[in-house]
Amino acid sequence: MNEAPVIQARGLTKYFGGKPAVYELDLEVPRGCVFAFLGRNGSGKTTTMRMLMGLVQATRGGGTILGCDIQALTPAIRARIGYLTEEHQLYGWMKVKECGEFQTKFFPRWNDRIFRGVVGHFGLDPAARVKDLSRGERAGLCLALTLAPEPELLMLDDPGLGLDPVARRALVESMIFLTRKSDRTIFFSSHNLSDVERVADYIAVFDRSILRACCPLPAFQESVAQFRLRFPATPPALPKIPGLLQSIRTENELRVTFIPGDGEAERILRTLAPLQMEAMPLGLEDAFISYLGERGEKTFILSEMEAKP
Amino acid sequence: MPVAFNINTGSNTPIYKQITDQVRLAVTTGKLTIGDPLPSVRALAEELVVNPNTVARAYSELMREGLLESRAGKGVFITHKRNIYSRAEGWRRLEPLLHALIGEAMILDFTREELREAFEEKLSKWKNSKGGNQSDE
Repeated sequence: MNEAPVIQARGLTKYFGGKPAVYELDLEVPRGCVFAFLGRNGSGKTTTMRMLMGLVQATRGGGTILGCDIQALTPAIRARIGYLTEEHQLYGWMKVKECGEFQTKFFPRWNDRIFRGVVGHFGLDPAARVKDLSRGERAGLCLALTLAPEPELLMLDDPGLGLDPVARRALVESMIFLTRKSDRTIFFSSHNLSDVERVADYIAVFDRSILRACCPLPAFQESVAQFRLRFPATPPALPKIPGLLQSIRTENELRVTFIPGDGEAERILRTLAPLQMEAMPLGLEDAFISYLGERGEKTFILSEMEAKP
Repeated sequence: MPVAFNINTGSNTPIYKQITDQVRLAVTTGKLTIGDPLPSVRALAEELVVNPNTVARAYSELMREGLLESRAGKGVFITHKRNIYSRAEGWRRLEPLLHALIGEAMILDFTREELREAFEEKLSKWKNSKGGNQSDE
């Protein structure tokens, strides 16, 4: 078993004009895992994938994919990678089955059973013209074309984009099916945290061109803590809390979200002497939003929001 | 009867923990007893449409707790429950739950008597724990 990471990036940086799209990215993707790449739109996910695939030249830094320098990927290495782009580029005049026949010629390990299986899983008619397919059907066809060569590494750039819930479930099932072979690695970007929660072993979170977190999925959820404090009257002003992400004040409640360190934040909260203080664990989506969303203090006290006469 | 697992994404409980919680509940309520098999990691992962490593993590946690055992070539089975927590540790884990229950009941204006009755009634519906391993109190 090969223990070397499937993808490795060191200080990978890309500037467009004067602005960094990806800044000093260090990343390691272990073999055999499902790795989700998360971040808001424009945070640098697609650019990272394009750099890793050798399609965009890095401004500085570098990396390897399947052990090969990303600046010098050979056709033989590329044939071991299944890369699904956001755009789902296809020839409109081809029929579904012709797309498969066309693609066969480029891959030594083409598995037509997988192609037909995925096409069937998405309910596609092999005789249908590509130009007549819906967005979800095109995505299914692209996925079939990407999976059929049995790539060692799948790079999927937002594969769930624009899919309806049924098509998305088919996508997730296809990804889980793929993990049957334990040496297969899936690296994908997504905005759908429910799908991510189902399939991912690891997540990496990108925020405005910088990698903020990279860890096993449950560890990320645990890395954001939320406490609810109840008070007999209006809550006191919040003192300085280390790692504070967000706090919300209401009539008699204070809800505080922070990155727990050595327990100092909790100790400070207790000094406010609340009637009750309880931990409220966050779901993946809420943890993600409080990590990347607007930070700071908010107030929802109706009497203060009402217009003054 | 196989246990019908019910997984929710977007919950504040991670998926692996939803699985361990549901197995524990099934054992406490008698839906699963000693010797009952659980689906293989792969089968359960595909049924629930979750990453197999998530199921594997849930199973290994239950094995560490002594609730599950793996028999080579046969699969995974519910086993005789050993108490892995000391009494003091058990209390430490129970305390915050009791606190939350009572706090919530008081805020919702239930009387002590109402709470006590509801508690007794619920308690009477639970079967005694299987395996006769209740501590000597």
